[in-house]
Amino acid sequence: MVRFIVRRMLQMAGVLVILSVLLFVWLKALPGGPVSAILGERATPSRRAALEAALGLDQPIHVQYLRFLDRALHGDFGASTGVLPGEDAFHVFLIRLPATIELSIVAITLAVALGIPLGYFAARRKGSLLDSGAVVFSLIGVAVPVFFTAFLLKYFVAVQWQLLPVSGRQDARLDATRVTGLFVLDGILTREWDAAWDATLHLILPALALATIPFAVIFRITRASVLDTLDADFVRTAESKGLTTKVIRGRHVLRNAMLPVVTTIGLSLGGLLAGAILTETVFSFPGIGDAIAQGYREKDYAVLQVLILASAAIFVIINLAVDIAYAIIDPRIRTR
Amino acid sequence: MKPVRKLASLAVVGALALATASCAESERGDGGEGGGDESTFTFGAAGAPEMFDPLYATDGETFRVTRQMFQGLLGIEPGSAEVIPELATEWTSNEDGTEWVFTLRDDVTFHDGEPFNADAVCANFERMFDQNEAGQVAAEYWGYVMGSFKNDPEGSLYKSCEATDEFEATVTINRSTSGFPTMLTLAALAMQSPKAMEEGNANDIAAQGEGFSFPDYAQNPVGTGPYQFVEYDQADGNVSLEAYDDYWGDAPASDKLTFRVIPDESTRRQELEAGSIDGYDLPNPADWPGLEESGNSVEVRDPFNIFYLGFNPEANPQLKDLKVRQAIYHALNREQLVQTQLPEGAEVATQFMPSTVSGYDSALEPYAYDPEQAKQLLEEAGATGMTLTFAYPTEVSRPYMPDPQQLYEALRTNLEDVGIKVDVKTASWNGGYLDNVTAGKYDAYLLGWTGDYDSAFNFIGTFFGNLKENDFGTEVMPWGKKLADDLQAADAIVDEDERATAFEDLNRQIMEEYLPGLPISHSPPALVVGPDVEGVVPSPLTAEEFSTVSVGGQ
Repeated sequence: MVRFIVRRMLQMAGVLVILSVLLFVWLKALPGGPVSAILGERATPSRRAALEAALGLDQPIHVQYLRFLDRALHGDFGASTGVLPGEDAFHVFLIRLPATIELSIVAITLAVALGIPLGYFAARRKGSLLDSGAVVFSLIGVAVPVFFTAFLLKYFVAVQWQLLPVSGRQDARLDATRVTGLFVLDGILTREWDAAWDATLHLILPALALATIPFAVIFRITRASVLDTLDADFVRTAESKGLTTKVIRGRHVLRNAMLPVVTTIGLSLGGLLAGAILTETVFSFPGIGDAIAQGYREKDYAVLQVLILASAAIFVIINLAVDIAYAIIDPRIRTR
Repeated sequence: MKPVRKLASLAVVGALALATASCAESERGDGGEGGGDESTFTFGAAGAPEMFDPLYATDGETFRVTRQMFQGLLGIEPGSAEVIPELATEWTSNEDGTEWVFTLRDDVTFHDGEPFNADAVCANFERMFDQNEAGQVAAEYWGYVMGSFKNDPEGSLYKSCEATDEFEATVTINRSTSGFPTMLTLAALAMQSPKAMEEGNANDIAAQGEGFSFPDYAQNPVGTGPYQFVEYDQADGNVSLEAYDDYWGDAPASDKLTFRVIPDESTRRQELEAGSIDGYDLPNPADWPGLEESGNSVEVRDPFNIFYLGFNPEANPQLKDLKVRQAIYHALNREQLVQTQLPEGAEVATQFMPSTVSGYDSALEPYAYDPEQAKQLLEEAGATGMTLTFAYPTEVSRPYMPDPQQLYEALRTNLEDVGIKVDVKTASWNGGYLDNVTAGKYDAYLLGWTGDYDSAFNFIGTFFGNLKENDFGTEVMPWGKKLADDLQAADAIVDEDERATAFEDLNRQIMEEYLPGLPISHSPPALVVGPDVEGVVPSPLTAEEFSTVSVGGQ
C-alpha cells in the first residue's frame, strides 16, 4: 500500500512538472499580455518596454521559466496582476479555494444523496414510471451544458421569481466575520446565523447547477450496477441460502454495486472543477473557477499558472484518494 | 465493512470537534445583525481594485474607490470638468508659470488624526518623486504627467516643493505647461498621510514575478476624504468604507460605502434589479430604456471622450496621400452611426477633443457624408479599389465605444460602398489588439480616449505630441515633426487665452491640412442607480464622488 502511494506521488510530481512547462509556454504564446491589460489606451512603445522589463517579460522564454521555477521553489509564485493585484498567486489560490470547496461539497452531496437512492430504486423497479422518469431526467443532466443549466436556473429562480440570490457568496452588507473561508461554517462557528443562512441561500443555485452532471452519472452507474448485481450468481446463492431480503440487499447487492459508484464519485469530483469554472462564472461566485476565467481575460500569468497547476494537483490527489478508498472497499485490490 | 465504518465515524468526530471546540468570535460591532440603523450605499464594481494607494493605481475601478477616501490640492466641480479648490483654497504662479504657491485649508486632518499642512504636501510630492525602479513603472500617472523621477531630474516636470508657511506650499516646476496645476486634480496625485505612508513603508513596492507586490500601506490607505477605509474582504470581493467623523466638509449622506465586485455586466444588472446593489457603472446602452422602465435612473454623463479611426501610413503607404484619408472620411456616414449605434446624447465629432475642453475650435464643420466625393478623391489619388487592413477589438466595451463590433460593421459597410476592399482584422483588447495597434500592424483601427482632466494637450498632445511614439505613425509624414513641435510650444504658453487660441489653430490644421486620423464621435457614458437612490452627480470625467448619495431617503 505504501509503495503504491509513494509511486503514485512520484508520478504526480512528474505530471505537474511537465504540465508547468506546457502551461508556461502556452500562456506566453497567447497574444497580448498583462502589459496591455495594465496600460490600456495609455500604452506607448517605451512605456510598454519599461513595464515589460520591470516584469521580466522581455527575457527569453526559457529564462523566464527557470526564473519562475527558482522562485516557486522558494515559495514565491509571482504577484497577481488582475485577479487580486499585488497578492502572491498562491495566496490568491488560498483565498479562492474555500469557495470552490464549499460549492463542490454541496454539489457532490446533492448528487450522491439524490443519485444513489434514485439509482437503486430505479433498478429495483426497472421499467416503472420512476425508473423511466429518472432516466430521462439524468439524460438531460448529462446532455445540457452546465453553463446553460446555470444560466436557466439563475434567470428563472433568481431574476424572474426572485426566490434566491442572483450571484456571489454573501450579501455585501452583512459584515460577516471570516474564520475558515467556508462562509456557512464561519456563520455557524461565530453564531452569525443570518450570515450562515445567507451564504446557504447563495449556494443553492450554483450547487444545483454544478450537481447536474455528477448526479446524472452517479444515478446511471448506480442503476446499471445494481441491475448487474441483482442478476449475479452470488445473489441467487444468497437467496437460495434463505437469507432475508434485507441482508441480501444491504450486504450483498448494495455493497458490491457500490464499487463502480465510488470510482465514479471520485472521478466526478475531479470533473467538478471543470464545471465550477462555468458555474462560478455565471453566478459570479468567487472561487477558483471564477479566478481562472478572470485571470484568462486579464492575462494574469501568475494566477493562471498557479491555479491551473494547483487544480491539476487536486485532480491527481483526488484520483489517488479514490484508488485508496477503492482498495479499502475491495480487499482484492490491496493484495495485487 | 469495518474500515468504512471507522472512516465514517472518524469524519463525524472530526466535524463535531471542529464545530464545538473552535467556536470563533464574531468580529461584528455592536450593530449585532449587521447594518442596524446605518445607511449603506452599495455599488457594483466591474473588477477588483488593484490596491488602495492611488499613486500606483492605473484603472478606473481602483480610482473609483480611492476617490472617496482621498483628495487632491485641486478638485473638480461635481458634474463638470471644471477645476475648483479642494485642499488648496487658491494658487498663483510667477510670470513664467514655473513657481506655484498653494494656499492650503487649515481645518483638515488625515483619517489617522495627523494634521494636513504644507509639510504634508511637500512630503507627498517628494514621496511621489522618489520612487524605486518598480515604483517608477507602477506610478504610471506620475510618469505620464511629470515625465520622470528623482533619478532623472532632467526629464522631470516637477522640480521641488517647499513649505513656505504652515499652510502655504510652493511647488516649482522645470517648465511651463498647460497641464500644471490642472493635473493635480488627478486621483493618482491625491494627498496621503505622511505618517501612515512612513509606517506602512508606502514606497516599498517590488516586482514579483510578472506583477508587482505592494507594501502594507497599499492595503491600509489614509487620506483626508469624507470616507475612510475599513476593510477589503478578498474572499468575497467587497471593499467597505465608512464615514470619517472629523471630515472638514459636509458629512457624507450615507454612513457606509460598499463596493462589490461583479465582473459580468448582465449579472450587475440583475443584482440591481434584485436590490442587492444600489448602482453600477457603464450599463449597456441597449439596457438603458429597460432599466428606466423598472424604476432605476440612468445618469448620463456629458461626453468627455473621443472615438476615432486611426491610420498607420507606415503600414499602408497609400494612406500617406491626404486625398485618400479625406476620401475615407467622406465615405463614413457618421450621422447615421451616431443615430443608430450609439447611446442618446452622442455627437458627431469635428475634431479630436470634446467641445467642453478649452482650445476646441467651434468653427470647424464635420466632414460631410458624401460617397460620390469619396470615390472621386480615391480616383484622383489613384487608389480606387484599394485594400485596407482595418481592425477592431473584441471582448471590450469602452465609454466611447460601447460595442466595437457593431460600430465596425457599420463603418466597414460605408467603406465597401465606395469600393474600398476591407481586410477584416480582429483581436481581443488584452489579447493582442492594443499590442498590434502600438506596433503598427493595422492600416486602420478603432480606438479612443477619455480625458484625464480639462486640457487640450491631454487629448491632441497625447495623440500627436510625441513624434517617435504615437499610434498614428506621424513620424513618416512630412508634417509630423512640425505638428509635434507646435503642440509642445502651445502647451508651454502661460497665458490661458493665448494658449486656447493656439490649440484652436492646431485643431483646425489637424483637421484641414493633416488629418492623421478620423475623429468619429463623442459618446456619453452612463451609470445607473436604483429607484430609492438620490444625490448622484454624474461626472464627465467618470470621477463621481459618492458622499452626496443616499439610499432610501435616509
